[in-house]
Amino acid sequence: MAVRVQSDPFDPGAELTAFAAERTDIGAVVSFTGVVRDDGGLRAMEIEHYPGMTEKAIAEIEVEAMERWGLKDCLVIHRFGHLAPGEQIMMVITAAGHRGDAFAAAEFLMDYLKSRAPFWKCEVTDAGADWVAAKDEDEDALNRW
Amino acid sequence: MIDVLYFAWVRERIGLSKEKVETSAETVAGLVAELKAREARYEAAFADVSALRVALDQELSDFDAPLAGVREIAFFPPMTGG
Repeated sequence: MAVRVQSDPFDPGAELTAFAAERTDIGAVVSFTGVVRDDGGLRAMEIEHYPGMTEKAIAEIEVEAMERWGLKDCLVIHRFGHLAPGEQIMMVITAAGHRGDAFAAAEFLMDYLKSRAPFWKCEVTDAGADWVAAKDEDEDALNRW
Repeated sequence: MIDVLYFAWVRERIGLSKEKVETSAETVAGLVAELKAREARYEAAFADVSALRVALDQELSDFDAPLAGVREIAFFPPMTGG
């Protein structure tokens, strides 16, 4: 179980290969990578976070996922700072005995990261910079767990 | 003395990311009322607390929570991670 909050880019392929290497008790590895999407006119995404609380909040969400789905391991990487369109924002990897638990835990982690990890996205366009508003459906998504 | 932190547009409206505040407020809401009474920029940031979230010592909390023993309080808009 690990949490990495960093401004540096990361290589999702290398992370996936390194994750759970040399373990033979894992039957399923699921990964999700979030990417900065440009729907038109986006120059950059600036991500602010709350150092200290961010790592703690993500670790708490991971502990819950580990227990609930009996995960063998999980990893969350989340970037902050200045990100260009096409760059990776974050990655979640889960490992379990079977795929059902690995998929469910990855979705759970994503839903909770969206609205319970202290990150704030600001979209920079030619018109200026705007804080991304939280969506009701992101909050509603937590109810299914 | 309590460390007060501001993030995202709350930080921008107040013009500070962190400050130390001397307060006798018993709850988060009491501290917010004290800050709002200070200056227009605080009034602007805290105009609608339903649009804000609060963390006490890095744990999400509520505006009616007591401040006793709290060392760090943070105000921010709903989070947009992921």
